[in-house]
Amino acid sequence: MILDERNKMARRAAEEIADGMVVNLGIGIPSLVPNHLPSSMNVMFQAENGILGMGASPLSGKEDENLCNAGGYPVTIVPGASYFDSTTAFGMIRRGRVDVSILGSLQVSRQGDLANWIIPGKKIPGMGGAMELASKAKKLVVLMKHTDKAGKSKIVKECTLPLTSKGCVDLIITDLAVFQVVNKELFLIEHYSSTTVELIREKTDCNFLIGNNLKTIAY
Amino acid sequence: MIEQSNPFQKISSLEQALKHLKDGLTIMFGGFGGVGSPPGLIDGMITNNLKNLTLIGNDTGFPHIGIGKVVSQGRAKKVIASHIGSNPVAGKLMNEGLLEVEFSPQGTLVERIRAGGMGLGAILTDIGIDNEMVAYGKKQMQLNGKDYLVEPALTADVSIIYAKKADPYGNLVYDKSARNTNPLVAMAGRFTIAEVEEIVPLGSLNPEEIITPGVFVDMVIPSNGVNWKWVWE
Repeated sequence: MILDERNKMARRAAEEIADGMVVNLGIGIPSLVPNHLPSSMNVMFQAENGILGMGASPLSGKEDENLCNAGGYPVTIVPGASYFDSTTAFGMIRRGRVDVSILGSLQVSRQGDLANWIIPGKKIPGMGGAMELASKAKKLVVLMKHTDKAGKSKIVKECTLPLTSKGCVDLIITDLAVFQVVNKELFLIEHYSSTTVELIREKTDCNFLIGNNLKTIAY
Repeated sequence: MIEQSNPFQKISSLEQALKHLKDGLTIMFGGFGGVGSPPGLIDGMITNNLKNLTLIGNDTGFPHIGIGKVVSQGRAKKVIASHIGSNPVAGKLMNEGLLEVEFSPQGTLVERIRAGGMGLGAILTDIGIDNEMVAYGKKQMQLNGKDYLVEPALTADVSIIYAKKADPYGNLVYDKSARNTNPLVAMAGRFTIAEVEEIVPLGSLNPEEIITPGVFVDMVIPSNGVNWKWVWE
C-alpha cells in the first residue's frame, strides 16, 4: 500500500501506542492514527467530551447524533466503553491516566514548548482541552507538517506564538522526520527515505542533535 | 399526549420556560459543539429577541448549531468558554469588539462550573499557571509546596440543559456523549430548566442510574429534538 504524507505520519504515530493504553487523539491527522493499529490491539481511545472506548466511524446512515467525538463527528464504541461528564473526562487527563496524547501544532520549540492555540490578531479559537492534554498526558506526540504554508519551519528555537504549555512535547513527527525531545534537547532520531539530514537541516529553523541510532523509515 | 401527573409542579412548557430567560441575564448552557444543547430553548431565545446576554458554556457551537445560533446573531455581550473556533462568527464579533470572550481551559472551565454548582468559591489548579494569557490577573497561591492558580467558581441566573429522560421530580438521565457539561451546568444555575426528549412517570427511573438528582432541576419541558443540520450530515 502506498501511503500519502498524512498517513505516513499517522502510521509512525501509531507505533507509539501499545496494548492496553489510554490514548487521546486531536482533530486532523491524529484522527487517522487508529487506521494504522492492528485490530488485535486493545486500546481505549478517550474523547474529552465524555467517552472512554471509542471505536471506528459508523457506516453512513448509522450515525447517532448523540455519540460524537470532541470534533463533533459521529463515532462508535467498543466493548468496555463508558460515558461520563466533562469534569470526569478532564480528571482522567489531569490525573495522568492518559498514556499518549497525539495532537497537531502551529509551532514546537527545540525545548519542547508547544504553541497550538492562538495566532494573535488572526485566529483566536481558544485552547479547548489542549492545555490539560499537553501538560498532563504521560507522553505528548505532535503530528504536524514540517513547514507552514509560507515554507517557514514550524520547529523553532523559541516559539513566536503564545504558548499552550512549556516543555511538554516528547516526540515530533513531521512529513520529513521524527524528533525526540530529551531534557530540553532536540534529537533527530528518524527520517523518511525520501529525505536527507542535510535537507532536514535546511528546513529546520534551529539546531538539533543527531540521535545515536538514526533510522530511515521504510514506508 | 398522555396526561402526566405533575406532583412537584416542575413539568411545564417552552412558553413558560422562556419567561425565565430575559435580557441581560447570565445564562449557562449545556452541550459540546451543539451535541447536548437544548434546541427548543435556544430557538426561543432568538424568537424572543433576547439581548445583552452573558453566556457560559464549553464552546460557541457552530454558526447554525447549538448556542452558536444565539451568539452569531450578536445577542451575547460576553461569553465564557474554552473554544470558539468552530464558530467563525463568534471570532469575527470578538475581533470587532462586539463580543467579550473570556477563555478558560476546558477542564478548568467545567470544574469552575461544578464548583459553583457544589457551593464552593473557587478551585486550585496548576493548568495554565505557566501561561501568561491564562494566568493574567489571577490570584496565585502556594499549598503544600506547589503553586496553583485560584480559578473562581461560576454560577448563572439560569441554566439551560438537555437530557434524554426526566421524571416529574426532575431526575435526569442523559444520552451517551450528549451528557458532557449538562450535569454540571444543571447544578450551577439559580434556576435550571431541563429540556428533555422524554418525560417518564415518577419511579420509573432506576435511582442507581440517575445522573442528575431532581433537586437541582426547577423546570422540565418536553423537546421536539434537534432541528439543525450537523456538520457531518
